[in-house]
Amino acid sequence: MNLEFSDDQKFVQKTARDFLAERSGLDACRRVLESPEVAFDAELWKGVAEMGWLGAAVPEDLGGAGLGYLELVLIAEEIGRALAPIPFGPSVYLATEALLHFGSADQKRRFLPRLASGDLVGTFALAEGTGDLATSAVQTRFENGRLRGEKLPVLDGGSAGLGVVVARAAGGPVLTLVDLAGPGVTRTPLQSFDPSRPQSRLAFDGAPAEALGPADATDAIRRLLDRAAVMAGFEQLGGATRVLEMTRDYALGRYAFGRPIASFQVIKHRFADLYAAIELARSNGYYAAWALSSGSDELELAACAFRAAASDAFELATREMIQIYGGVGFTWEYDCHLFYRRAKLLAAWLGTPSAWREMLIERLEAREAA
Amino acid sequence: MDFDDTPQEASFRARARAWLERNAKRRDPDAPGADPLREREDANALRDAKAWQTRKFDEGWACLTWPKEYGGQDLGRMEQVIWNQEEARFDTPANIYSIGHGMLAPTLMTHGTKAQKDRYVREMGRGQVVWCQLFSEPDAGSDLAGLRTSAVRRGDEWVLRGQKIWSTGAHYCDYGMIVTRSDPDAAKHAGLTYFIVDMHAPGIEVRPIRQINGASGFNEVFLNDVRVPDENRLGGVGDGWRVALTTLMNERVAIGAGAGSGRLRELFRLAREARIGGRPAIENHAVRQKLADFYIRTKGLQYTGYRTLSAVSRGATPGPEGSIGKAVGAPLGQEMASFAMELQGAMGALLDPDLAPQEALWQEAYLGAPGLRIAGGTDEILRNIIAERVLGLPPEMRVDKDRPFREIPVGRGAR
Repeated sequence: MNLEFSDDQKFVQKTARDFLAERSGLDACRRVLESPEVAFDAELWKGVAEMGWLGAAVPEDLGGAGLGYLELVLIAEEIGRALAPIPFGPSVYLATEALLHFGSADQKRRFLPRLASGDLVGTFALAEGTGDLATSAVQTRFENGRLRGEKLPVLDGGSAGLGVVVARAAGGPVLTLVDLAGPGVTRTPLQSFDPSRPQSRLAFDGAPAEALGPADATDAIRRLLDRAAVMAGFEQLGGATRVLEMTRDYALGRYAFGRPIASFQVIKHRFADLYAAIELARSNGYYAAWALSSGSDELELAACAFRAAASDAFELATREMIQIYGGVGFTWEYDCHLFYRRAKLLAAWLGTPSAWREMLIERLEAREAA
Repeated sequence: MDFDDTPQEASFRARARAWLERNAKRRDPDAPGADPLREREDANALRDAKAWQTRKFDEGWACLTWPKEYGGQDLGRMEQVIWNQEEARFDTPANIYSIGHGMLAPTLMTHGTKAQKDRYVREMGRGQVVWCQLFSEPDAGSDLAGLRTSAVRRGDEWVLRGQKIWSTGAHYCDYGMIVTRSDPDAAKHAGLTYFIVDMHAPGIEVRPIRQINGASGFNEVFLNDVRVPDENRLGGVGDGWRVALTTLMNERVAIGAGAGSGRLRELFRLAREARIGGRPAIENHAVRQKLADFYIRTKGLQYTGYRTLSAVSRGATPGPEGSIGKAVGAPLGQEMASFAMELQGAMGALLDPDLAPQEALWQEAYLGAPGLRIAGGTDEILRNIIAERVLGLPPEMRVDKDRPFREIPVGRGAR
């Protein structure tokens, strides 16, 4: 057993951290958050594309960097740490992954190089306003090459060019590919809980679409979500760790009653508990990353456990952050609420912690029955 | 990043398993696991434990991380954990050597003279003699350095007087490692000296303490002018705190051996058997969420232990991060036991092993759980350690530093 990342992988992470520290400070996140007309930081997106991260897991002959998932999750962690205001998750963990795993040779050729270069932004649309992500609940229909129905909320739905849309067809739930700038698509911006990550309503009225993957994509969709959950989990881990560090630094510098508030035992113990929650999530994350990159069938359990743990840890961190910062933590001007919002957004996207916990039990029961 | 055994580890595991298959009986996976705090007190249990240890040691399967010159195999912690995992599948006597082999032997190997190491280490490994730890006192638990048992030098002997408490196994042990106050005029941490003590020496009186679960795993040990030769001193005079820290550091190496997962299996089984509203409890949403949460935290702890193990195997020293294992694990165990009892409804209030579900395993676990949150570093001390040594937060304000020990305030009723 060797639970270290390789030196090469650590180098990728360090490069990512340095790049984002320079190009994606918290002011970059705040700019997008405070500008409703700005969907994402286009300069940063271009820079990230040039670093090769958008195509990290895409084979080189399709325009990617040909790296692996261990590198990708470390990049994701840094993206999360920086609160990078770009459509990285939807485009990389979902749209690109969907094409990589379920695309025909032709579809891969048509879309992957453009996704990898950043010319095309992809997103994923599953939810339909009820909050329920069960594919059996999907009402949007795919018939005769056209989509009819409504998706909301869709992360980056307003700025993405390519939509991977889950719909209902004759054979069961399917994945479809839609040109979101094309005919039959109406996009309405929504008020995102985290305005640095915009969300939209997508209405399809006969929008031309092509099928992606199998006629019954129930399993395919589950696998896609499991994989994305691991990658998104690393963003949450990165965010949580940064919050812990910032809050620690704040508490060391803030004095009350003649000493740093970090020296009060209750505060120390809250920090210890937060540290423990993050470390446990991280450990679940390493297991999930291994399962993801090695193709182990442990992924179906690991993804659930990690996703729930990471969501809870990031949320806890952001609540503790504001509490420890005190009054100023509650101001718009301080950066605490950037993390507070992002944590909740990421926890809601792709399934809440309770949904993943339920999935975990269902899968454990299925294994027991087998 | 690889959670699978390396080829070397897999080969070791296979050999370990093969030896165990030839020398022990497989454990029934459906029988409830042993509760570590439940001490069996019959003489047969002790004899069986010693015989098993000697057999393992003589055949090269015990104390694997020890140097070969003392009967070990010079292997890494990873191999020891693999061995522990494999042995857990078999029905073997309870381990009475975790303190001796895990904490005291490393202390001896770090601070002992050659003569002391030659005299005691191999014999300790063979298991025919058992060692106990004499650290805590009625007035010195979390504040261990506040201990009062005195050691007064008389020629080439020391005379020890005082009282120790919570000494696991002292009632059947042959030797103990003790920290004493040799200079009450020095500051608290500066006047301590560490000794090896013969538990059969005149003046030592061992009194079992009854725990809330009815067992008597640990004891009070009274020292009434016990004479200890100077050659049994470990480390320099006044250097006892440094030696004690080595012992305590080894406590911190909380390496997961998958112990938690067994409890998960039993909890899930209980959830299938218990009823809520006429249906299996496991169909209840709140129960499912709770079970998932327990699974996630248990696995998180297990993999955190593996991370520490992996780092230590590659040469890192076990750090204070290891405190997470106990800080999270102990309260988690109590929560799981409490929840399990709740699933049993009214039957949860019974201790009859032939009536209470799963032979009252959870009731026993719940009775044992408070001890785990206190022993070996309380939940609170561990949080201080994590906050201070991992996160770099300021230490506690102390009112007893740099003063002669004699002058430090003590509470009402302190000796």
